[in-house]
Amino acid sequence: MFAISDKPIDAARLQGELEGRGVGAVVCFEGRVRDHNDGRAVNGLSYQAYVELAEAEGRKIVEEARARFAVERIVCVHRVGDLALGEIAVWAGVSAGHRAAAFDACRYVVDEVKARVPIWKREHYAEGVSEWLHPGAE
Amino acid sequence: MNYRLLYFASLCDSAGRAEEMVASDAQDVRALYAELAARHGFTFTPERLRVAVNGEFTDWNRHLADHDEVVFLPPVSGG
Repeated sequence: MFAISDKPIDAARLQGELEGRGVGAVVCFEGRVRDHNDGRAVNGLSYQAYVELAEAEGRKIVEEARARFAVERIVCVHRVGDLALGEIAVWAGVSAGHRAAAFDACRYVVDEVKARVPIWKREHYAEGVSEWLHPGAE
Repeated sequence: MNYRLLYFASLCDSAGRAEEMVASDAQDVRALYAELAARHGFTFTPERLRVAVNGEFTDWNRHLADHDEVVFLPPVSGG
């Protein structure tokens, strides 16, 4: 399951979706809003998504992970809107029979979401300005 | 032909709008981007953008049809 959410992420509820009788390992990742980036003080973030394509691409990533790793369940939710320091921006959880597949699949999902899903981050700096982040050389 | 454009992140800021209908003679995605980059002052080269038509990723040579929804996607920064 992959979703874009404009509401705060409820990690406990999402973790509940990873249950299963064959589950021997659960790995969860939380990406949170921190107070600095590239040496600048950050007050908060805003995320924007092209929701239709982001959800389609996110579901594709989850299917890829299911094909590559021996997992039971995969859940990933990315937040959009305005986020305060400490809030969860992205949550990914994987359950599997054994820990290696759970770790590997969780990392795969998070890495691919960051690289491919059409979501953009705007950083709000302590000095009062805001900038969209578009990684890569100008 | 008429196209529906959606803009995100810095392209939204540059265009000053999140979407617009555009009447254009451009037949493909590359020609349409050149026209809009000139109009809105987009500084990204096509090599740095991905493009989607009607909700799916496509390539820069994609031929456009009337009323297609076209989105130029700047480098992503989720997570």
